[in-house]
Amino acid sequence: MLKRLILTALCVTVCACPALAQLEIEIVGGGAHQIPIAIYPFANEASLPTVTSTIVTADLQRSGRFHLLETGNPNPLPADMSQVNFSDWRGRQADAVAIGGVTQAGTGRFEVWFRLFDVIKQEQIAGIAFTASAPQLRATAHRIADAIYEKLTGDRGVFSTRIAYVVKHGNRFELQVSDADGFGATAVLISNEPVLSPVWSPDGSRIAYVSLQNKKPVVYIQRLDANRQMTLANFRGSNSAPAWTPDGQRLAVVLTRDGGSQLYMINADGSGVRRLTNSDAIDTEPTFSGDGQWLYFTSDRGGTPQIYRMPAAGGDAQRLTFDGSYNVSPRVSPDGKTLIYVARNDDGQFHVTAMDLGSRQTQALTDTTLDESPSFAPNGKLILYATEVNGRGTLAAVSIDGSVRQRLSIPASDVREPAWGPYVN
Amino acid sequence: MRLSAILVAASAFAILSGCSSTPTSDQNAAPVTEAKPMTAPGPTAAPSVTETPNTVNLTNQQPPATPNNELTDPKSPLSRRSVYFDFDKYDVKDEFRGLLQAHATYLNRNHSAKMLIQGNCDERGSREYNLALGQRRSDAVKKTMGLLGASESQMESVSLGKEKPRCTDHSEECFAENRRADMLYSAGNVKEF
Repeated sequence: MLKRLILTALCVTVCACPALAQLEIEIVGGGAHQIPIAIYPFANEASLPTVTSTIVTADLQRSGRFHLLETGNPNPLPADMSQVNFSDWRGRQADAVAIGGVTQAGTGRFEVWFRLFDVIKQEQIAGIAFTASAPQLRATAHRIADAIYEKLTGDRGVFSTRIAYVVKHGNRFELQVSDADGFGATAVLISNEPVLSPVWSPDGSRIAYVSLQNKKPVVYIQRLDANRQMTLANFRGSNSAPAWTPDGQRLAVVLTRDGGSQLYMINADGSGVRRLTNSDAIDTEPTFSGDGQWLYFTSDRGGTPQIYRMPAAGGDAQRLTFDGSYNVSPRVSPDGKTLIYVARNDDGQFHVTAMDLGSRQTQALTDTTLDESPSFAPNGKLILYATEVNGRGTLAAVSIDGSVRQRLSIPASDVREPAWGPYVN
Repeated sequence: MRLSAILVAASAFAILSGCSSTPTSDQNAAPVTEAKPMTAPGPTAAPSVTETPNTVNLTNQQPPATPNNELTDPKSPLSRRSVYFDFDKYDVKDEFRGLLQAHATYLNRNHSAKMLIQGNCDERGSREYNLALGQRRSDAVKKTMGLLGASESQMESVSLGKEKPRCTDHSEECFAENRRADMLYSAGNVKEF
């Protein structure tokens, strides 16, 4: 029917609007084994609009994996390893200490450096210098936090990544994109009709989402650097639940054009529609494993909604969840070892739940009770999801072991439908 | 303003991508390098400033005006457009047969008329799964209309899931109000979708 991509040209108001209300992040639980670390103020940073060490400290703090020790503001600040009092820091049980500085490097450019020391061994374990323009200082601070995080935890940091989410304020819906710390929020779509199910393309350049702007669900793709929507799937009936293949060439979608909600594959330009499932039941919420081999989805073919998976190339579906009568919204960890989904328990509470795909053991991860739409951080260590607190839609994050918990909210607005973006560097 | 910001960011990126960063080396500090060889890339070029995404703003579009005729006249049964469902149920109850018969007859008399049937759900659970459940409700209305003589080609069944609740309280009355399928017309000068 719809064989070619339709470009929908739209009137766009280039807004001189003020910066959007920012997500406020509150840490409500920390990890059990936090690494004690001290980050000194960076030399010469105080006069700049972006205070590097403050951002680095906030990033590490928010991850829940560090215990940040006070450094005070000594004068002069330590400029190299010989000026760090290691016996003092050993006494305060710090594992690591970081120092850094900012120096002018030509007009409007700066060199930002840091060094990370192992307190016990009294040796440098990381040190990088970046060249940055003033608008890049914030991103540079996130890169430093990423480097420290990776050195001390062994896991890649996600402080330089971005997130997408939907903000509802009255009858206005905005699909927004911000840095992982909530900074720099920008609306990529503003509509008076609901927007849902955003998913990032694997290269981070596009977002596919479902909009009800045409009185029915239609799947659109929008490039973040272009001010128009591209219609991906607008067939007779409903079109929803987009999921990118890991190579970004195609998407799985849910269409009802042949009756009932069924899974289909479609090329990223809207061509080449091919039906994947043939059931009398609801098949929805497809998502690919990181290696592209498996397609996980929700189906009520067994009488209640449960999580299934099938080979992405086609084949029989295998049921994965058996506890309870409502298990929905699957996502697979980047390493393919953990399945997360939303489970309704006997008390009618909805919890983000993790299943070890090896042992099939399950664990509810959250203390919130109306969870929806979980999304993995690209390092697989944190899960961003939507929930409700005091009757208001809010985002929350939980670590894969359930120990670290954050709330991300915007005052006087409902926030929902989070999607964590990929690594882009 | 937005454009100039992008240009500044782009030119900043262009400048920076043309120059490799170097470890600091001033008089006081030894070059900042890894004490141990890094497996990851060493001193790194400055991160690019991510361009501010562009915005598509749909809020300035005006809804079409609805003229008065038999589809909208409150005295006409055709002005009643909602079919309600029981909890966790997707079959059309007998009490709505008469209403659907009136609509089926209208579609039969007006072959150019089109109907959009929107299914809705109460508010618990996954948004996408609720879209699929709402689809079952609109499909059931469409099927019933077909049995009552309406042509399938004049009807499209879709779902709004739990996204457009008519009632937003957390009460059973409210949930019941939201377990609903609505019929919209595109007929003559009536343009409801």
